[in-house]
Amino acid sequence: MLPYLSLAIWVPIVAGLLVLAVNRDADAAAARWLALVGAVAGFAVTIPLYAHFRLGTGEMQFVEAVEWIPRFNVNYLLGVDGISLLFILLNSFVTVLVVWAGWIVIQTRVAQYMAAFLIMSGLINGVFASLDGVLFYVFFEAMLIPMYLIIGIWGGPNRVYAAIKFFLYTLLGSFLMLVAFIYLYSVSGGSFSILEWYQLPLSLKTQLLLFVAFFLSFAVKVPMWPVHTWLPDAHVEAPTGGSVVLAALTLKVGAYGFVRFVLPILPDASHYLANFVITLSLIAVIYIGFVALVQADMKKLIAYSSIAHMGFVTLGFFLFSELGVEGGLVQMLSHGFVSAAMFLCVGVLYDRMHSRQIADYGGVVNTMPRFAALAMLFAMANAGLPGTSGFVGEFMVILAAVKANFWVGFLAAVTLILGAAYTLWMYKRVWFGAVVGERVAALKDVSRREFWLLATLAGVVLFMGVYPKPFTDVMHASVTELLAHVAKSKL
Amino acid sequence: MTATPVNFDFLPALPEITLLVAACVVLMVDLVLPETLRKWSYWLTQLGVVATAWLSLYVFHQTPAHTFGNTFVADALADVLKFLSCMTVALTLAYSRSYLTVRGLFRGETFALMMFALLGMMVMISANHFLLLYLGLELMSLSLYAMIALQRESGQAVEAAMKYFVLGALASGLLLYGMSMIYGATGTLDVARVTTTVFAGGVNKTMLAFGLVFVVSAIAFKLGAVPYHMWLPDVYEGAPTAMTLFVGAAPELAAFGFMTRLLVGALAAMAFDWQGMLLILSLLSMIAGNVIAISQTNIKRMLAYSTIANMGYMLMGFLAANINGYSAAMFYTITYVMTTLVSFGMVMLLSRAGFEADQLDDFKGLNQRSPWYAFLMLLTMFSLAGIPPTVGFYAKFAVIEAAVDVGLVWLAVVAVMASLIGAFYYLRIVKLMYFDDPVDTAPLEARSDTRALLSINGLALLLLGIFPQWLLGMCVVALTRSY
Repeated sequence: MLPYLSLAIWVPIVAGLLVLAVNRDADAAAARWLALVGAVAGFAVTIPLYAHFRLGTGEMQFVEAVEWIPRFNVNYLLGVDGISLLFILLNSFVTVLVVWAGWIVIQTRVAQYMAAFLIMSGLINGVFASLDGVLFYVFFEAMLIPMYLIIGIWGGPNRVYAAIKFFLYTLLGSFLMLVAFIYLYSVSGGSFSILEWYQLPLSLKTQLLLFVAFFLSFAVKVPMWPVHTWLPDAHVEAPTGGSVVLAALTLKVGAYGFVRFVLPILPDASHYLANFVITLSLIAVIYIGFVALVQADMKKLIAYSSIAHMGFVTLGFFLFSELGVEGGLVQMLSHGFVSAAMFLCVGVLYDRMHSRQIADYGGVVNTMPRFAALAMLFAMANAGLPGTSGFVGEFMVILAAVKANFWVGFLAAVTLILGAAYTLWMYKRVWFGAVVGERVAALKDVSRREFWLLATLAGVVLFMGVYPKPFTDVMHASVTELLAHVAKSKL
Repeated sequence: MTATPVNFDFLPALPEITLLVAACVVLMVDLVLPETLRKWSYWLTQLGVVATAWLSLYVFHQTPAHTFGNTFVADALADVLKFLSCMTVALTLAYSRSYLTVRGLFRGETFALMMFALLGMMVMISANHFLLLYLGLELMSLSLYAMIALQRESGQAVEAAMKYFVLGALASGLLLYGMSMIYGATGTLDVARVTTTVFAGGVNKTMLAFGLVFVVSAIAFKLGAVPYHMWLPDVYEGAPTAMTLFVGAAPELAAFGFMTRLLVGALAAMAFDWQGMLLILSLLSMIAGNVIAISQTNIKRMLAYSTIANMGYMLMGFLAANINGYSAAMFYTITYVMTTLVSFGMVMLLSRAGFEADQLDDFKGLNQRSPWYAFLMLLTMFSLAGIPPTVGFYAKFAVIEAAVDVGLVWLAVVAVMASLIGAFYYLRIVKLMYFDDPVDTAPLEARSDTRALLSINGLALLLLGIFPQWLLGMCVVALTRSY
C-alpha cells in the first residue's frame, strides 16, 4: 500500500513549492492552474484513506515509522484513527475550495498566495497525522509562518497588527507546550511517542502543571474565552481564503490537541479541572454569543460566532461521555464547512462592495437572489437548524450536557436562541428589506464559479445534517478507545 | 600524571602551520602585487583557509593527540571546530568581497589580519595549557582590534576599535589574574594536571573558586554575556559590516572551544561552582538581550543584542554540565554562526558604495525587490526565533532539553518566554520585508559566487532544520571522542 499519509502531507507542500519555483508571478494563470491541480491531487490522495479505513477499531491505521533524529529518539511516526482521519479529509477538501475561491480575487503575488495555502494544507495534514511529539510540534509551529504571511501580505488595512498578534499569541502557548513535551520526554525515559505517553504514570501535581502548558497552547488555538482576542482581529484582516482556513482548519487543530494530548495523557488533571473548562466553554457560548449580537462588521460577527461554536466543542469533550465527545467532533466538522461557507459569502459581498459593514447593505436578495438562497441555508446551519449539519453536533452536546448536569445543558441550549438571533438578524439586515443605495442596486449575482463553490458546501452541509452516520461511524471506535484512556487514572 | 616525555610532533599542528605559512605568503606576495592584481591575494587567502579547513578534517583524530610538551592537543572536538572556523572565515571573506572593494578595504592587510585572527582561534581551540589559551586569545583579539580600525577615515569604526581594545584588555587582565590564582592553588598551568590535582583534593578551594570567578568573567566577556556585554552593540554597530561579520561569526566557535577547554577540560571538578555562575549569566543574557533588542532601529545593533540573547541560550546547554548539554551548546553555537553569516551577509548584499543598509527600514519591501533574498532572510529570522522547520528550532530544543534533563524546568520556561519576546523583533524584520513597500528601489547586484554561497548557506538553515540528525550526532561524537 502506498504511504497515503505521507502523500497527504507532501503532495500539497511539493505542489506549493512548484508553484513558487515555476512561476515568479509573471504568469498568474499558470500559477492558478498549477495550484488547483496541486490542491485536487492533495485531496485525491486522501480519498484512499477513507476507502481503506477499517471501522470498528480504535487503533492507529496507515502507520508509517521511520527513524528521524536518533539523537533525541524522534521518529517520523504517522498514523490516523477515526478522529484525525476526518480532519485530514476536511482540510484537503477545504484547500481545494480555498484555491478556487482566490481565483480572480487575488491579483497581486498570485503564486505566493497559492503556494502559501498549499503549504499550509500539507502542514495541517501533518499536524493531524503525527504520532510523535516533535513531529507534531514542527508541523504545529510551521503552520504559523504561511498564515502570518497570508494575513500580513493580502490582508486588510490593519493587517500588520493582526498578523503579529496572531503569531505571538499562538507562539506563547506553543512554547509552553514544547517545554511540556520535553518534560514528558524526560520522565518517560526518552520517548517522544504520543501513544507511549498515554501509558505514562504521572502524579496529580505534574499532571496539573502539564495541563496548564497544554491548555494554554490549545486554548489559544481553539480559541477559548478569555484568550480569544487574537481571533476577531486575524479574521477581519485576513483575506477571505485566510479567514476560511483559520476558521475551518486551524481552530480545529486546537480542539484536536485536547483529544489527542490533554484527555488521554492527563486524565486525572482533566477530571480535576473539568468544571473549570466547562465554565470557560459556557462563557464562550453565552457571553461571546451576546458579543456577536452587537457586531457591526460581518466578518467580526462570524468570527465571534466561531468562538461560540468552538465553545460547544470543548464543552462536549470535557463531559467525558461518548455522546459529548462525538458531538464535539461532529460540531468541529460541521463548523469547518459552515464557517468556511459563511466567510466565502462575506467574501462574495466584499469583492463587490469592498465593505464588510452590515449598515452598508440591505435588500441584497433583490439583486442577488441565487446568492441569497445559498446564504440563507448557511445562516440556518450556523443557527443550528435541524436538517443542517449545525444541528447534529449541537444537539448531541446539549443532550450529553443535560445527562451530566441539567443546568449545564440548559445554559448550553441558550445558544440555540443566541445563534439564531445574531445570525438571522444579520441576515435580515443584509439581505432583506428595501435595496439601500445605488451600489447595492448595481450588484451582480454570483458568477458560475462562486455558485458552484457555495453549492458544493451547501450539499455537504445538508448531507451531514440529514445523514451524519458516515461521519460518526468512522469516529465511533476511536472515541470509545479515547474514553477508555480518560477513565483510567494514572496516579 | 607523572613526567611525560616532551614530544615535539608537528603533525597534530599541521593545520595551524599551514595557515601560518599561508598568511606569511599572502603578506609577502601582496607586497609585490600591483593594485589591479589584488584579487590574487584574495584567492591565495581563500586557498590557504580552505586548505587548512580540509587538513583539519583530513587528519581526523579518533583519540586525542598531544604535542609540544603537552601544551597542544588535537582531538575530534578541535578538528570539527577548526574546520568550521575556517569555513566560516572563508564564507565571511566571500560575502565581504564587494563590500570591502567598494570601501577600499580589499587589501593585503585585511587578508593577513583575518588569517592571523583565524590562527589565534585555532590555537584557542587546540590549547591544552593556560598560557597557550591566553596566547591564542590575544593573537585573535589583537588582530580583531586592528581589523575594526582598518577603516581609518571612519570615526565610528575607530571608536568601536578603541572601545573593544580597552574592554578587551581588561578582560585579558581578568583572565590572567584568574589563571594566576588557579596556578597558585594547583601549582600547574597544564590543563590535564589542573584536572588531576583538583580531583585529587587537598587544593585550596577558596583560592580556586576565586580564580574561577575571574576566568568565567573573561569567558563571559568574550561571549558577550550580560553583564559583560557592553562592548558588543557598539562594536557591531561601529565596525564596517564585513568586520562585524568576522567578529560575530568564527570567534564564537573559538570561544566555545576556549570555554570547553577551561571549564570542561581543566575545571570539571568545579562544575558545581561554575554552573551557578553560568546560570545567572544565561538568565540575564536571555532576558536583557531580547528585551533591549526590541527598541533598536539599527539592524546591526539589533543583531548584536540578539547575539547576547543567543549566547544566553548557548550557556543554558553548558550549565547542564554533561555531554548531552555540551553537545547541545556546541550545536547551538554552530547553527548560530550559520545564521549570523546569512544575516550579515544580507546586510552587506543590500549595501553599496556610500550606502550602509544598516537601518531596519532598509529592509522594507525586500520581497518585491527580490523574493529569493527575502525568503533567505525570512529563513534566517525564523531560525533565530526558533521556529521550525528551521535549524534554530533544534538548537533551542537541544539546550532546553539539556536544562530540563537536569531538572531546571523553570529555567526552560523562562527561556521560552524570553524567546517569545525575541520573536517579536525577528517578526518585525519579516514584516518589513513582506508587508511594507520598498523605499529604496535600486536594483540588487551581487557577484554570482556571493549569491550562490549565500543561497546555499541560507537553504542549509532549512535543510538542517528538516534533517538535523547528522549535525546533532556529530557534536556528540566530537565531544565524546575528546572527553
